[in-house]
Amino acid sequence: MQATSSVRESLITGGKTVRDVSEDISRHVENKPTGSWWIAMGISLILFLFGFYCLATLLWEGIGVWGLNKTVGWAWDITNFVWWVGIGHAGTLISAILLLFRQKWRMSINRAAEAMTIFAVICAATFPLAHMGRLWLGFYWALPLPNTWGSLWANFNSPLLWDVFAISTYFTVSLVFWYIGLIPDFAVIRDRATRMGNKTRAAIYNALSFGWDGAAKTWMRYESVALILAGLSTPLVLSVHTIVSFDFATSVVPGWHTTIFPPYFVAGAIFSGFAMVLTLLIVTRKVFKLEDYITIYHIELMNIVIIITGSIVGIAYITEFFVAWYGMVPAEFYAFYNRATGPYWWAYWSMMTCNVISPQLFWFKKLRTNIAATFVLSIIVNIGMWFERFVIIVTSIHRDYLPSSWSMFYPTMYDLGEYIFTFGLFFTAFFLFAKFFPVINMAEVKSIIKSSSEKKH
Amino acid sequence: MTTKTYWKGLAQLKNDPKFVKNADKEFVDLAVEEDAGHSRRDFLKMMGFSVAAASLAACEAPIRKAIPYVSKPVDADPGIPNYYASTYINGGDYCSIVVKVRDGRPIKVEGNSLSKVTMGGTSAQVEASVLSLYDNFRLRGPRIGEKLSDWETIDKEILAKLNEIAAKGGQIRIVSNTILSPSTKAAIEKFKAKYPTTKVVQYDPVSYYGITKANQESIGAAIIPSYDFSKAKVIVSVGADFLGTWLSPIEFTKQFAVNREITADKKEMSRLYAFESNLSLTGANADYRTAIKPSQEGLVVAQLYKLISGSGSTGIEGITYLEKAAAELKANAGKALVVSGSNDKHVQVVVNAINNLLGSYGTTINTSAPVNFRQGNDEEMSAFVAEATSGKVDGVIFYNCNPVYDHPQGAELGKALKGISLTVSTSTTPDETASASAYIAADHHYLESWNDAEPKLNSFSLSQPTITPIFKTRQAQESFLVWAGEATTDYFTFVQNYWKNRFYGASTGLDLQSFWDKCLYDGVFELPASTQAYSFNGNVDSALSAIASTYKASNSGFELVIYETCGLGTGSQANNPLLQELPDPITKATWDHYVTISLKDAETLGIENDAEGRTQLVNVSANGKTITVAALVQPGQAQGTLGVALGYGRTSVGLVGKDIGQNAYPLLSLGESLGYSITSGVKIEKTDTPFQIAQTQIHQTYMGRANVVQESLLADYLHNPQEWNEKAPKITSWDKKVPPGSLSLWKGHEYKNHHWGMAIDLNTCTGCGSCVVACNVENNVALVGKQEVINRREMHWLRIDRYYSTEAAVDDYQGLEKASDNPEVVFQPMLCQHCNNAPCETVCPVAATTHSTEGLNQMTYNRCIGTRYCANNCPYKVRRFNWFKYHDNQKFLQANPAMNTDLGRMVLNPDVTVRSRGVMEKCSFCAQRIQAGKLNAKKERRPVQDGEVVTACQAACSTGAILFGDMNDPESKISKVLGIETQYKKVIVDGKEETVVDYGIDKKVTNPRAYRVLEEIGVKPNIFYLTKIRNKDKESKNA
Repeated sequence: MQATSSVRESLITGGKTVRDVSEDISRHVENKPTGSWWIAMGISLILFLFGFYCLATLLWEGIGVWGLNKTVGWAWDITNFVWWVGIGHAGTLISAILLLFRQKWRMSINRAAEAMTIFAVICAATFPLAHMGRLWLGFYWALPLPNTWGSLWANFNSPLLWDVFAISTYFTVSLVFWYIGLIPDFAVIRDRATRMGNKTRAAIYNALSFGWDGAAKTWMRYESVALILAGLSTPLVLSVHTIVSFDFATSVVPGWHTTIFPPYFVAGAIFSGFAMVLTLLIVTRKVFKLEDYITIYHIELMNIVIIITGSIVGIAYITEFFVAWYGMVPAEFYAFYNRATGPYWWAYWSMMTCNVISPQLFWFKKLRTNIAATFVLSIIVNIGMWFERFVIIVTSIHRDYLPSSWSMFYPTMYDLGEYIFTFGLFFTAFFLFAKFFPVINMAEVKSIIKSSSEKKH
Repeated sequence: MTTKTYWKGLAQLKNDPKFVKNADKEFVDLAVEEDAGHSRRDFLKMMGFSVAAASLAACEAPIRKAIPYVSKPVDADPGIPNYYASTYINGGDYCSIVVKVRDGRPIKVEGNSLSKVTMGGTSAQVEASVLSLYDNFRLRGPRIGEKLSDWETIDKEILAKLNEIAAKGGQIRIVSNTILSPSTKAAIEKFKAKYPTTKVVQYDPVSYYGITKANQESIGAAIIPSYDFSKAKVIVSVGADFLGTWLSPIEFTKQFAVNREITADKKEMSRLYAFESNLSLTGANADYRTAIKPSQEGLVVAQLYKLISGSGSTGIEGITYLEKAAAELKANAGKALVVSGSNDKHVQVVVNAINNLLGSYGTTINTSAPVNFRQGNDEEMSAFVAEATSGKVDGVIFYNCNPVYDHPQGAELGKALKGISLTVSTSTTPDETASASAYIAADHHYLESWNDAEPKLNSFSLSQPTITPIFKTRQAQESFLVWAGEATTDYFTFVQNYWKNRFYGASTGLDLQSFWDKCLYDGVFELPASTQAYSFNGNVDSALSAIASTYKASNSGFELVIYETCGLGTGSQANNPLLQELPDPITKATWDHYVTISLKDAETLGIENDAEGRTQLVNVSANGKTITVAALVQPGQAQGTLGVALGYGRTSVGLVGKDIGQNAYPLLSLGESLGYSITSGVKIEKTDTPFQIAQTQIHQTYMGRANVVQESLLADYLHNPQEWNEKAPKITSWDKKVPPGSLSLWKGHEYKNHHWGMAIDLNTCTGCGSCVVACNVENNVALVGKQEVINRREMHWLRIDRYYSTEAAVDDYQGLEKASDNPEVVFQPMLCQHCNNAPCETVCPVAATTHSTEGLNQMTYNRCIGTRYCANNCPYKVRRFNWFKYHDNQKFLQANPAMNTDLGRMVLNPDVTVRSRGVMEKCSFCAQRIQAGKLNAKKERRPVQDGEVVTACQAACSTGAILFGDMNDPESKISKVLGIETQYKKVIVDGKEETVVDYGIDKKVTNPRAYRVLEEIGVKPNIFYLTKIRNKDKESKNA
């Protein structure tokens, strides 16, 4: 039994019927792509190709095309990596944790959020790969593969190795979870195609749906699998970014060497992930006219998550400063002093403004239910979260223990190019998804039409 | 009717249709038919294949010839290096060396400890000189004009011209830098005998003629005496950078360090006062340094004289520490030394007078062993230029010199050479002088030559070739002998005969061959010391009055000091990238020429010099000449003065030295002796052209961090040797503060065999940088060029951190970034610390950096995938990443010829891998040398002896500041220096308790000066530093 509060607003508006749901959502798959889709896709591809050129140059010439140096060994590469992984977290949180907590409002958004997760993790993974000096060896030497080199194996002490496991597990589970959810919806498209006499489409979607038959037993198994995968994904939401944070927390670098990192990183990840989901869905619902499925109420709920996680992140920032002062370690104290007042003060204060101050605006109901304000703020949050990672990584190592080695980091075109590459990759993938896959989980939405639609049937 | 039919063959008989078809053709068209299996397509295929095969064959990697010996020389084993004693001579610079030769190629130069002059020390220039042997800019053979020639032709033409000149009685000049070699002088004598109108003109790019002249006037001999800084307790240097470039820096550094060492038994050290305009290496090592203007220099010396002699005052005031210095000199008479870098003979006469008052003659100054490093005569050189320009000279031979570049009248001389009928240069490269000469009789590099040298009276050394001449060059001395028409022109025989005739008689008990072999083996030979001493009898008053008229207590307007750098020196090795990329010990600038200016003057002129080395070009004019160089704001620079280095702005130079800076020699003042400081008419004008200076260190102070550099005043040290430790960081446990490193959850490694470690004495390290170059050469460290240094990607495994003191309080972070106006300086060699708890090792995902059983932190290049996590996690920032492919990459041709030219590659050490792009590298504690030492010991079935394994940096260090050894060996020098006490622990063996030696990582170090950098983070390095002790009075700390 669902306990739906009577004051709770309807999750699906516009008096949709089950047939309307199938119709509204499958339409985008069945119709020819619109002009705006082509434009968006074109821009994404241009970004992708420019970025690919930069990536190819990096691989051909060496890591030196980036702006890194003897002191700053990581900068935009790992910043972007952590940023993208963080973004991915919202999808898993929405589909797994909210599923376990029986939060029905997730149903309209989980499909797109999970797709975002998968694409974001792919984008994230390009950076640890590209940042390796010798990718051609590194991509498999970092795996504990049996070999003939005697005792030479991966180093299980290294947080980078933990990353390899964390990210690959996360990606695999997310992909399977997402795909399992897609199966019934593919079947809907197949059935509609069969009815419309489009044999090719029917065949393709039949294959994609693994011959889904819609039997009660199939549904039962489907739901069990979904629940098991949700159970598996749940710890991943917490573990992945915890492990990513270990890259820094287990080091000796002042500003990295902090026990607060795991919860701080997880909160930050969900914070940025929700912001990214908002950015994407606000556009998608507009373009695909899905306002009835992704309502203001959904947006408001996500904005509340943003206030909460944003505040956690803010407290973490302040705690770091407190501990730096309280700990009386000169190098650490200086690291934080340098963050706020050193040559990268602007990055620090951009981070503070975007991440701590701006989400507090959502305490005003007017703002958190305003689409334009939400859209702008969701982008600001992601800018802030990018700066957070930049601040942690670059401002900590650019001035660490020995002042003789202190230096600055100046990005080059190729640093920017690799970032653009992932944007190109992400949006190309996302637009392909939006065109060819049902962007909203029809099967799940149909299940709540009775209980949570405006018009009861 | 039967008609008899003849048929041609069975085919006709059978009327085969095929036959019928072709029956009327005389030649059957078989081509297509017969080749039925080979169509047009096949032809194209075949052709395609052939083309592809031919192009593939053409693409094949070039064949590198490695030709084995047909009959192997007895003492040359492939893979086993041989060492030959030899002598480095460059201009008047001298160093007795041992050359490491691997497979017929000299690959490393080290100091010869048998030499009583250089005592095993080297300098950056000496260390780098091995790469100059493989310089692509070197001449491949003799040249006539621009065209490569052969010796027969060139000799014929030169002899014809010489005879022509001799016939008409024309004047011939041999122009040279100081000639140290007695045999060379003898060879030139032969030449002079044949052509009696020949005159030898010696000059030095950096002239010491003022000293020679002063000595002639005041002690009666035109000599430069030996100085002994090791006998001096109080040293005053007025503008003489004797640790960096003055006269014989290798020797002086060695001597200076003797009295700077502080041990449990030796608790005294010398005190050094420096009065100078530019912050020099000597000033940086001084206990008291005062910035003065060159226009005051003479008065400072005169005042010092008056203070010591008690004869009034010159009227100059406000020279900090001058009275103090005078009082201490006086109190330490007989153990005092005053030196001056001035080339003004009046100043030097007064310096002599002071030393005379202090009783330095016979104690710290030895006139009976005069040095020969600088025999140049500025007056003769000026006279020569005048003769040359007025057409009075008919033939000039330039030997071991480049006056067109490095003489202030070089431009005039260059023009005049066109009018001289015979101009010959014996340079090894087509340098400015050689390319202005009609003939270049290309000389060998010194590593290909036989030679000898007499650096000091009665001290001799030999040079021997360590490689067969690479090119068709000929030793200059041999050229002289050929042109002199000598029967024996082989210079080896000539040197040998010279030694036989001159020295063999002097030694007894040896046959000639043994005598020669011993000299060659040792590289040095000493005759009994001369007893001819000179004493001071100069006219101080006239010198004082000359000083009073030329120097001023206060002078308005800028003054210019032109100096030599430790790296580039006079500029003769400007095409050596090792020296171009060697950071200047003070400014840490590489690949650049600049004018140093004080902060106040920079502010007045509106010059902005940010932390990244971004600055503006300025026009500096002096003596009617202007150069345009970048401005570098230098703490310690006397206000109102500018410093410009010599050695830059070579115009006829190879790819490496091209377009770097401008030539400062034309700015020098001409006179009786050349003037290196210009006190009037100096103009500086800021331009708006931006310029970025490539510095390897862009942060100047150590931000008051007590865990980086530990230093004490001598008095504090004597009072409490652990005084520094009170300021050092502690770890707070639950109830008390404990020393860092004493709390650990982990027992750590156990090194049962060796435990390699290093001790670096901050007190004797002068910061000269020869270890940096030695490390580069030994370990094939890539050079990366100016842009990559600006990108902060220099590859040096060993760097010398230079920190300035600051006036700010420890919590004033903004203020701490600014150095004092006249800062105290500390040098800290920084290399991989080989941490026992190495933070780099745990973070590598592929275990490419691991710990050895002997305490080394090892880097496995071919396992590295280049995540750079280790470098990020290295608290000392000593790890270096191969951002690009630095070898076989034309983009690095200019900066890194040693890995990008066939000739340059010959210098690479075959024992050390050339790293590929994308991998991390760092100091290995010269693992290849440790391995060689261990293998030798193993072959001889004995343990490794202390001192058998010497790292390249240790070998290069003239002062012994770097000491490497086995900390497990209680008898090793490092164990003794650090005062390591063997520790024991109790273990249970077979149920019985036994006491065994504890080979754990925590050595009990009892030297009170020993500390580890960043001790509180618990990485437990195997490198210990010994605290810096400044010999300053306690109260003067705030002065």
